[in-house]
Amino acid sequence: MGKVTFSMGGVHPHDSKFAHGCAIEELPLPQTVYVSMAQHLGAPAKPLVAPGDKVLVGQVIAEPGGFISAFVHSPVSGTVKAIAPRQDLAGNFMMHVEIAVEGDEWDPAIDRSQDLVTAIPDDKAAILDKIKAAGVVGLGGATFPTHVKLSPPPGKVAECLILNGTECEPFLTSDHRIMVERPKEIVVGAAIMQKVLGGCPCVIGIEENKPDAIASMSAAVAELGYPNIRVQVLKKRYPQGGEKQLIDAVMHRQVKSGGLPIDVGAVVQNVATSLAVYEAVQKNMPLISNVLTITGDNIPVERQHNYHYRIGIPLSYIVEQAGGIPDTAAKLISGGPMMGKAISNLDATTVKGSSSVLYLSEAATRRQLETACIRCGKCADACPMGLEPFLLKRLYKAGDLDGLEQNAAQDCIECGCCLYSCPAHIPLLDHIRQAKGQVMGVIRARAAAAKAAAEAAKAAAEAKK
Amino acid sequence: MDKKYIVSPNPHIHANVSTTSIMRDVIIALCPAIVVSVLAYGWSELLVLAVSVLSCVLLEWAVTKWMMKRPSTVGDLSAVVTGLLLAMNLPSAISPWIVFVGAFVAICVAKLPFGGIGQNVFNPAITGRVFLLVSFPAQMTNWNPTPGFIPLPDAISGATPLSALKEALKSGSTIPQFMETNGYDLASFLWDAGASAGEISAGALLLGFVYLLIRRVVKPWIPIAVLGTMAIISAIFSGINPEVYTGVQFNLLTGGAMLGALFMATDYVTSPMSTLGGVIYGIGIGVIAMMIRYFGSYPEGMSFAILLMNCTVPLLNMWFHQKKYGRA
Repeated sequence: MGKVTFSMGGVHPHDSKFAHGCAIEELPLPQTVYVSMAQHLGAPAKPLVAPGDKVLVGQVIAEPGGFISAFVHSPVSGTVKAIAPRQDLAGNFMMHVEIAVEGDEWDPAIDRSQDLVTAIPDDKAAILDKIKAAGVVGLGGATFPTHVKLSPPPGKVAECLILNGTECEPFLTSDHRIMVERPKEIVVGAAIMQKVLGGCPCVIGIEENKPDAIASMSAAVAELGYPNIRVQVLKKRYPQGGEKQLIDAVMHRQVKSGGLPIDVGAVVQNVATSLAVYEAVQKNMPLISNVLTITGDNIPVERQHNYHYRIGIPLSYIVEQAGGIPDTAAKLISGGPMMGKAISNLDATTVKGSSSVLYLSEAATRRQLETACIRCGKCADACPMGLEPFLLKRLYKAGDLDGLEQNAAQDCIECGCCLYSCPAHIPLLDHIRQAKGQVMGVIRARAAAAKAAAEAAKAAAEAKK
Repeated sequence: MDKKYIVSPNPHIHANVSTTSIMRDVIIALCPAIVVSVLAYGWSELLVLAVSVLSCVLLEWAVTKWMMKRPSTVGDLSAVVTGLLLAMNLPSAISPWIVFVGAFVAICVAKLPFGGIGQNVFNPAITGRVFLLVSFPAQMTNWNPTPGFIPLPDAISGATPLSALKEALKSGSTIPQFMETNGYDLASFLWDAGASAGEISAGALLLGFVYLLIRRVVKPWIPIAVLGTMAIISAIFSGINPEVYTGVQFNLLTGGAMLGALFMATDYVTSPMSTLGGVIYGIGIGVIAMMIRYFGSYPEGMSFAILLMNCTVPLLNMWFHQKKYGRA
């Protein structure tokens, strides 16, 4: 199989994977951790502990707050100090459980050995229960609860499980490192998810700029010998790791606007999620840790790290462990340089989906002054959804919500390719994000109104009887 | 955090392209043709280029500063590109004040009143050129080559191949006779004597265009549509009657075909955004240009063709959009 890629748009930023050679290190524990109740997409979790309670590593401390929600476990052993609001990355107050760290005592049900367990349990429901009970969520960015994604709605059949090892964001290397260091666990995780989905084929997509990861994953697939799993090399192109783009690249199918991947028979899971699934099902290990990259431009290699961290650790502690913030840094980012979020608050803590602390210098990140649009069309060429950002920006400025909806502003995936490639430095995505929010509001209001009208009609019909 | 760090939405990095870098690439791409024309036409050509570029830049600077009272856009180099393209459309023997008039029309009529860069409906350089063509027909068609730095082979004095041909056809001679007396052959790919700077060497223009393609400044669809349409039309007509209608090679290599297709029709501002729109726009230019060449009273029609098709761009932008993901 040759290299494949998605069919429209995309950009080629320098990959800047400076930390790809840094082996994963265990991050020491701080004295206090603050575990967020909103580490996943959907409703925040409900705390099950009270101040003064003693907890062990891996013990449940919060239960799902809704259908789309997840369990949260204690990442440390110690005493619960408080359950109080605390600012997250963006500065919003979220409920956090504060735990004073005392030793490192684990829940005895957890298998902490390094032995590889390849025998997959037979009972699909039991597997799903384990994944749910371990609080596994998607670690590719959206943190969508994994057990929900692995349970297709009735009538929908998974035809292909795509494992996302693209790591198309520049700078980030955590997925790269786990594919090099723990390929077998990832492949077993994939085989488990394959089983839950009814034995569909599994494709592990990896971009060509990670030859060592491609080699180690291919070797693991060959050695473990599960049927119907293969590695697919992808051309380097951002945003290949976007769910819709990856489905297009691997299956040559496109998810309809407003639809879900399962509509075209696809289920996409990140490689880190696959590792979490392995640990949950084979080792009883809940999702309390992950790998994050500390990197940046013009940072000496000895200050770049790939850390295996526990959730709930303040970013300031991690930054300190890695030698402090470099003098050249002008912006701190959680996530990649294309879609990550600027850190306004270093007291924020790590969550299940944390993937990096990225330092960017003034030269790399300072936005230039906006100049006039020269209608070069580079934004439209770059848009992986085939949208016309220049047009959406004009419509947004004109307040034309109908025009925005007709021109699919709601399809924007906020990948940043338009602003990245604009020679006039127009903040296209800033405008389109606002426009998308407004259009989604209109669409939701219309759906709610239609539902209400349908219910009223039904009630009226029943009243007549 | 004692130090203040930047907080802004994604993306946090940029491709490092700017309007200035794009215009710089266009200037670099025009250089081969400019070098050929200066070698061929000497100091007079240099004077025309200098007057045109300086006039465009100074006019844009003065108007943005004193009349529009907004930050000057001279730094984006678009006025330099307009000046170069205008100069490349003029005979080298033309007097400097006429060049200034052309620059004035380009900048102060076609470009800035519409709102400056990105807002103009018509290509400024072509508007300036067409204004001069209808206002100063004698000076604009004086193609006596000025003395150059290297000798030119087979110069047709006083006329471009296209206008010489028009005269020849009017006086009753046929195309084979014309070709025989004027010796038009493949060498004109490199040397096309008796023409403006932008028309002298199709090879140099193509070389520059390849640079633009490699730098991903432009896409090839519009030039392919323009030149392809011209080639098809001339193949059909010359196939029917080679005595009256000129052939493919002659039409693609003479006049403004190359300069127009490669550098004027691909102007970002005045061409459609979508690929399909661009192809239709290019076909329109090719058809109009060939109709003027074959049936019009002017010998050349590229400028008029591009201006006419400029009018259709807002419509083409409204009708044709890029294909969207997940929408049939």
